[in-house]
Amino acid sequence: MPEPLSRRGLLQGSAAAAVAIPVLGEAQAAAPGRPGRQKEQARMNAVGLTVNGREVHLQLDPRTTLLDALREHLHLTGTKKGCDHGQCGACTVIVEGRRINSCLTLAVMHEGDHVTTIEGLGTPEKLHPMQRAFITHDGYQCGYCTPGQICSAVAVLEEIEAGIPSHATEDLDRVAFSDSEVRERMSGNICRCAAYPNIVAAIREVAGEDKA
Amino acid sequence: MRPFTYSRAASVEEAAKTAATQGARFIAGGTNLLDLMKLQIETPTHLIDVNHLGLDRIEPTAEGGLKIGAMVRNTDLAADKTVRRDYAVLSRALLAGASGQLRNKATTGGNLLQRTRCPYFYDTRMPCNKRQPGSGCGAIKGMSRSLAILGTSDACIAQHPSDMAVALRLLDAQVDAVGADGGRRSIPIADFHLLPGETPHIENALKPGELITSVTLPKPLGGTHVYRKVRDRASYAFALVSVAAVFGKDGRSRFAFGGIGAKPWRTDAADAAAPSGAAAVAEAALSGARPTAQNAFKQQLTARTLASLYRQKGA
Repeated sequence: MPEPLSRRGLLQGSAAAAVAIPVLGEAQAAAPGRPGRQKEQARMNAVGLTVNGREVHLQLDPRTTLLDALREHLHLTGTKKGCDHGQCGACTVIVEGRRINSCLTLAVMHEGDHVTTIEGLGTPEKLHPMQRAFITHDGYQCGYCTPGQICSAVAVLEEIEAGIPSHATEDLDRVAFSDSEVRERMSGNICRCAAYPNIVAAIREVAGEDKA
Repeated sequence: MRPFTYSRAASVEEAAKTAATQGARFIAGGTNLLDLMKLQIETPTHLIDVNHLGLDRIEPTAEGGLKIGAMVRNTDLAADKTVRRDYAVLSRALLAGASGQLRNKATTGGNLLQRTRCPYFYDTRMPCNKRQPGSGCGAIKGMSRSLAILGTSDACIAQHPSDMAVALRLLDAQVDAVGADGGRRSIPIADFHLLPGETPHIENALKPGELITSVTLPKPLGGTHVYRKVRDRASYAFALVSVAAVFGKDGRSRFAFGGIGAKPWRTDAADAAAPSGAAAVAEAALSGARPTAQNAFKQQLTARTLASLYRQKGA
C-alpha cells in the first residue's frame, strides 16, 4: 500500500530535494573555472547544535537564521515563520533555557548551544502539560502561532518562578503570577485569531493558579 | 540578506581592529541589525560576533557606581538586584521596551546603537537622508505622527527609539569604548548620540571600529524613580512619549524624555523647573520644539505625562 500523502512528508521531501542543490554546488566548486562557486563554498560555516537533546552538525551559509536551520535543514517544521522580523513571535524557541525569536539570530552564532523547539517539549503520545492545557482551553484556532505561543508560555512561567520582573510587576522585588503578568509577558506572541483569553486560561492552569 | 562572512572575535582589541575595515560590523544580540539586513537597509560584508568576549558582567565600581558589560542582556540588566534597588528607573525603562523574547537577546551596547523606527527609514522605496544621504526626507511632509519634535533638522525628523537610553541619559551614564588602535575612552551619554543636522546618517560619537565595552553608572541618586511610557498599545510598541524621572527628597528632580527627541532628550532648564511643577517642566523641556501638524499632539501629551508622574510621586 502506498504511503498516504501528508503535508509534513511532502515538506520534508521537498526540503531534502532542496539540500541536494548545495551538494551539486560543491561538486561544481571543485571544477576549475568556477571562481564564483568556490567563493560561495568558502562562505559556508560549520555549526554544531544540540536540538531537542540530539547533537547535529550543519554546513551553513552564514545568512541562515536559526529558524531556517531548524525548518529547512533539520526539517523541524513545528517552529513557524510568521513575519520573519521579530514582530509576531511564531518562531519562538528556547535556547540555553531562554525564549528567543529564532528568526532574528544567525545559526552560526549558536555553536554548542542547546535548542528546544515545540517537538522537544512533547509528542502527540506524551504531551507537555502546556500543550495539553492549550487543547483543554481551546487556546488556538488556526494553530499557526501555537508552537511559538507554547514555547513562550513555558519560558514565561520559568521567568516568573525565577523572579524576573516585567512591565506589569508593581514591586520589582515581588514577582508573582497574575493574569496581567501573563498578558504583558506574552505580548511578543501575536495570535491573529485572537485566542488570547483561552491562551491566558491555559497558562493559568499550568501555573496551578486555576481558580475553577 | 546580502552575502557576508562571519567570524568570532577572540579579544576586544582584535574585534575593534577588524571592525575598522571596510564593510565590517559588530553583531551582538542581532535583533535590530538582522532585521535591517533582511531589508537590505544594512548591508555589511563581514560580521564580527562579539558575544564571547566576557563583556557580560555587572560589577560595582570603586566610585560607588556600577559597570555594566556591553553584552549584558536587557533581561539580565532589568532583573539585576543592584539595578532594581539603586537604579530602578533603568529597570523600568528596559521592561517597558520590546518583548520578552527580544529582551533576552538585546544587549546594553546594541540597544544604545539601535536605529530609528521612522517609517521612511524602513521603506527603501522612499527618500531618507539617514538611510541614503542626500536623497531627501520623506517624513517632514509625510507620515510624521510618531516622529521627533525636538533636535530635528531640515534633513531629518527621525525619533530615537530606545527606552533604555532615556534612563541612561537621566542617570548620567558613561559609554566606555575601545578603539581600532586599542585606545580606551569614556564618552558621557549626553555626547554619545548626535543630532541629525546636515548628517543624519552619523548617529553617534563612535569612530570606525570602536567597540562599546561597558556602560558605567555613577553612584546612586536615591529618590523616587519612575518611567512612564505612552504608546499606541499597552505593550510591545515604541513610545509616542516617555518620561524618565528621579524625584529627590530635597525637591531637586531630573527628567529625561523619549519618543519626542532626535536623541534621548534632557535639558538643564527642565531639571531646574522641577520645584515649579509639571507644567513648568514641560514648558522648559519643550522649548524650541519643531512639531509637524501630525505630531504636535506630543507637546500636550508630554505635559500630561509629566502631570501624571507628579501625581504618582505625591501619592
